[in-house]
Amino acid sequence: MTQTTAENPARKQRAQLKVRTLRTDRWWLAPALTFTGLLTFLIYGFWAIFDQSYLAEPYIAPFASPCLATACPEGARLFGLAPIGDWYTWPPGLLILGLPGGFRLTCYYYRKSYYRSFWLSPPACSVAEPHGKYTGETRLPLIIQNIHRYFFYFAVIIGLILTYDAVLAFRDKEGNWGHVGLGSIILLVNAILILAYTFGCHSCRHITAGRLNHFSKHPLRYKAWTFVSKLNAKHQQFAWASMFSVMIADLYVRLVAKGIINFPFA
Amino acid sequence: MGYKAKFRVWRGEGGEGRLEDFTVEVNEGEVVLDVIHRLQATQAPDLAVRWNCKAGKCGSCSMEINGKPRLGCMTRMSTFEESETITVTPMRTFPVIKDLVTDVSFNYQKAREIPSFTPPKDVKPGEYRMQQVDVERSQEFRKCIECFMCNNVCHVIRDHDENKQAFAGPRFLMRIAELDMHPYDVADRKESAQDEHGLGYCNITKCCTEVCPEHIKITDNALIPMKERVVDRKYDPLVWLGNKIFKRSS
Repeated sequence: MTQTTAENPARKQRAQLKVRTLRTDRWWLAPALTFTGLLTFLIYGFWAIFDQSYLAEPYIAPFASPCLATACPEGARLFGLAPIGDWYTWPPGLLILGLPGGFRLTCYYYRKSYYRSFWLSPPACSVAEPHGKYTGETRLPLIIQNIHRYFFYFAVIIGLILTYDAVLAFRDKEGNWGHVGLGSIILLVNAILILAYTFGCHSCRHITAGRLNHFSKHPLRYKAWTFVSKLNAKHQQFAWASMFSVMIADLYVRLVAKGIINFPFA
Repeated sequence: MGYKAKFRVWRGEGGEGRLEDFTVEVNEGEVVLDVIHRLQATQAPDLAVRWNCKAGKCGSCSMEINGKPRLGCMTRMSTFEESETITVTPMRTFPVIKDLVTDVSFNYQKAREIPSFTPPKDVKPGEYRMQQVDVERSQEFRKCIECFMCNNVCHVIRDHDENKQAFAGPRFLMRIAELDMHPYDVADRKESAQDEHGLGYCNITKCCTEVCPEHIKITDNALIPMKERVVDRKYDPLVWLGNKIFKRSS
């Protein structure tokens, strides 16, 4: 039977449907929303990098942390240090945002979202993409996506620093513990979401134990893998939640720093 | 409770064909395949459709319903509006034999290209000892009913026929992942997954996962873990160095 099929050239053709898709649902809605969400994040991030109101003690805006140069106000410096020195005078965010940015850019979830919404490759399942040729991640530049795990290592460091910032937000301006403001809560929630997103990453899942074939020989790593797998199952949700939380937290601190938000428990 | 539904069904041999309109009776509790069978029985006796179990377990009745890859036997008519026109076409990635029946031999060819399970030479059949946690991951992939809807929906070959030579498709990349994760498989599958079976073509847009009738997390549990294993082998200098220093087998 296979022989008969192979010999008949007419049977080598797919159905010659002329339309791009026969889907009747609103397949364009998800990529449109994703496009809007990601573009909002990019525009906000671009503005935030160059905005100088990033410190409202005890809060520091996440997009400017860690602040590593002498040019940063003393309260904004990580552990009070300025390892970069005084030669760097540009905005602090410009120095470090490439790391969490690179982590999100090469993240397996974000890849899906921007391949679909920005590059339309494909815009939605069973909707034809507009490109004549496709090589995927087999060659430059997209083969660079394989660097993701290195960004993950840096993202862990950034996540821990944001957690440290959130803990410090429970001190008042004089450095006494016990202060709780809306900003403290916002920064704490943001840190938790960032950590949940970071540790739910597919590379983290692989590093903990995914690369092993004998889980039974590595019970602790297997336990870690099981935990990471649970976070990983919600990776998309944590990706969006942490993206908005970091924007909200950053904007909140800047509005406090500018004096726009100035109620008592700010 | 029955009603008359409007159906548009692809009719033709090979690539040539057209969508034909039918009005056909639908009764409560029926699925799309039931309606296709009623069409055969009442209006189009030569309508070709492949089917077997009618229980979502044989993977025969894969088709595209309103543009989405679905199993005809698992798509309830109650999910559509009574006024809706339901369009039924063959799987778009594979050549049409007749009407809704496609030639899926591409998949059998790709299956043959994957080296089978390769146990260590010194372990004889009957000596395999594995714990449940060691095989659990792979067992998920064994749920596959080979409906080939994942390969059908994958844009790498759906929109680019020229990639069929280089790309095995999600179903068979999942098979490679299944074998690579097996505690007793010693074949080197990482290099070949990337270089011979086209894992790098996958841009993880997850359509395979979306259409899988067995709800296998193809992308998250097979393709991405396999991509990470390939990174270990081909793109991560630290892993390479660690393997050299600690004399680990990769």
